[in-house]
Amino acid sequence: MAVEPGKIVDVTAAMITAPVTATDWLVIAPVVIPILFGALLLMFRHEMRWHGIVALIGLGAMVGTEVALLLHVLANGPLSMTMGSWLPPFGISFTADALGATFALTSGIVAFICAIFAIRDINVSGRRYGFYPFLMLLMAGVSGAFLTGDIFNLYVWFEVFVISSFGLLILGSEKAQIDGATKYAILNLVATTLFLIATGYLYGTFGTLNMADIARKAEGLRGTAPLMTLASLYLLAFGMKAAAFPVNFWLPASYHTPRIVTAALFGGLLTKIGVYALLRTLVMLFPVERSVLADLIGWVAILTMVLGVMGALAQSDTRRIFGFLVISGVGVMLAGLALGTQTGLSGAILYAVHSMLVMTALYLLTGMMKELGGSFSLRELAGLYRSTPLLTAIALVLALAVAGLPPGSGLWPKVLLVKASLEANQWALAGAVLLSGFLTTIALGRVFILAFWRDREASAPKAQATNTASPILGYGVLLALMVPIVVLGVYPEPFIKIADIAASGLLHNAGYISAVFPVGGG
Amino acid sequence: METVLSVLVGLFFAVGIYLMLSKHVIRILLGIAIFGNAVNLLIFTVGRIVREVPPIIPHGFDVPPGPVANPLPQALILTAIVISFSFFAFLLVLAYRAYQEIGTDDTDGMRVAEPEGESLPPLGY
Amino acid sequence: MRTLIFRTAAPYLTSLMLLFSVFVLLRGHNEPGGGFIGGLIAASAFAIYGIAFGVPEVRRSMYFHPMAISGFGLFLAALSGLLSYVFHVPFLTGIWTSPSLFGITVDLSTVMFFDIGVYLVVVGSITSIALALEEREDG
Repeated sequence: MAVEPGKIVDVTAAMITAPVTATDWLVIAPVVIPILFGALLLMFRHEMRWHGIVALIGLGAMVGTEVALLLHVLANGPLSMTMGSWLPPFGISFTADALGATFALTSGIVAFICAIFAIRDINVSGRRYGFYPFLMLLMAGVSGAFLTGDIFNLYVWFEVFVISSFGLLILGSEKAQIDGATKYAILNLVATTLFLIATGYLYGTFGTLNMADIARKAEGLRGTAPLMTLASLYLLAFGMKAAAFPVNFWLPASYHTPRIVTAALFGGLLTKIGVYALLRTLVMLFPVERSVLADLIGWVAILTMVLGVMGALAQSDTRRIFGFLVISGVGVMLAGLALGTQTGLSGAILYAVHSMLVMTALYLLTGMMKELGGSFSLRELAGLYRSTPLLTAIALVLALAVAGLPPGSGLWPKVLLVKASLEANQWALAGAVLLSGFLTTIALGRVFILAFWRDREASAPKAQATNTASPILGYGVLLALMVPIVVLGVYPEPFIKIADIAASGLLHNAGYISAVFPVGGG
Repeated sequence: METVLSVLVGLFFAVGIYLMLSKHVIRILLGIAIFGNAVNLLIFTVGRIVREVPPIIPHGFDVPPGPVANPLPQALILTAIVISFSFFAFLLVLAYRAYQEIGTDDTDGMRVAEPEGESLPPLGY
Repeated sequence: MRTLIFRTAAPYLTSLMLLFSVFVLLRGHNEPGGGFIGGLIAASAFAIYGIAFGVPEVRRSMYFHPMAISGFGLFLAALSGLLSYVFHVPFLTGIWTSPSLFGITVDLSTVMFFDIGVYLVVVGSITSIALALEEREDG
């Protein structure tokens, strides 16, 4: 580097000089590992026999680092690393708090289980189209969105997982997939563009994109800057990603079209990223603006809950029923956002974790039902109780979990949410949570009665099994997914505690800020 | 200058949204392209317009010798352009495939995934 | 499109553009240029070759599948960030070394390898989109 004498500037003042320990790398590892493995799978895209194994190793390593990250964050508070040695807010920070780490771990577990299911579900042509590389890049985007501490970087990770999700969605290139993908792609592009508009305004207002920096500057700017505009724009953009009521129509149009593993992943993960972003921006960055918008969010939540489940009642395709139940679940989480209290938020966070697990399980269950019963339609499915008692047992526990009845995982988050609504005198919210739970019971009860309980008529054509592979792996995967669901239902204390820590980290953001700016100045 | 650009951004948004309200996929895509450019211009404008040199450090220096333009909005716009470009390329291919497979680019006619006139699910057995 | 003039000019045009793309890539180290713009130039070079000689010819002359190239680029970029782990600095920190080869000092850095990775990602992904579109036109 040719530098004139006397012109040398000491750049160490603008750089991080403290050595970085291996622990700090935990915050970036869940993003780098899937990128590395995704790149490897892209390079060796013709070695399709190895794709499943390599992807499982990668996802396993990712889940391992996410476990370590969550344990570290719970013990020591938020963890932050700023890329390229630049001082925050100039460098891009990755900051993991209890909320981000919990969501990242749950999504990692879900992806790992889906990858096992995919070994039997995704055939050679699906692998040739690149199912596993897309899956790894999708998970890089999902983990990145949960762990980043920079709002523009959040936009980039949103785009990473949205673009990967396109690849997964049109795997197979059927007519219905292309139809669904067109609507999904256009509406998601509009949503992320709205997100970008809000971020542009935010940069113009704050002059920074680091979330910790925004959080500490918001108080001083509140009198002069149009923060309400920003909060409303974020509400619209992320509400669209989360499939909240008036802007949810992309979800039922597309989620029933892809392969069942893809639908399980999407139903479990993608809407929750929207919910996560809503929690992050509205609760941590713009709490005052959130309380102004609370009534609006409350009505959106009620409408999403009730109309979502009413949509489910009107369908006969099991995949479309579950798509509408995903929407209804988003409404329950938005109820927590509308309340904005400690209990309400921890209820919403716990519900999000529960929802990631059960929605994935529901879609995998419907995949098994199609395999063993020969159809997705409630008109044709029948008599599964006689032929597959184990699947029936799983379906019963899962239906109870989704509806919020014991021994499933849905009970406790709903208890927390109803309690929080009653504490805040929000009777309408409490009523809507209970009503939607009741209607969900009816919707899933009907699936259970028609598909499992109803006797197959003698005249009905015998359904053929569509997959000749033995269903043992499918059962194993479903049972593995049922374990956390039931544990969350019967022994919820540790999970409620984690959700409480995550919620208080959102409400009291001093820990988050001091993780990024250790000296407190800057 | 900012005022003029703000008006231009508003015009872009208006045109983009108008096109997106159309029933035809190709017009929606054109609207999205204009919408994306409106956002890029918006980020450029909120980054404050100054009459300064590009933020490139000349040979032999470690810091720019004088005031320079704000490079951050440009980096953001570049990222946004790259992403919206790849998005748009994908959407064009997808729309073309949809036109080939479904035979229409009218969104009212694209009812393969959600067929019209479906009967109710069985109400009893 | 496959006129005699175009088919005669295309190989020269392609090789010139590829050479120029590498120049732009390396120039991006200290001056305007860089991996993204270099990759776009290289991708358009392949697109021109495809228009002149057809897509199968491009695929054969590239030898590797475009997506494999972009996978390698992604891998290289991620690895050049991971090198920071050994030096106890945050992810993606630029690490420099100036070895002397045959009396000439060569400045090597992880930044450069990251940029080469970006170049390959862009070449691979844009070329595969362009080839997919050109194939459709042929068929």
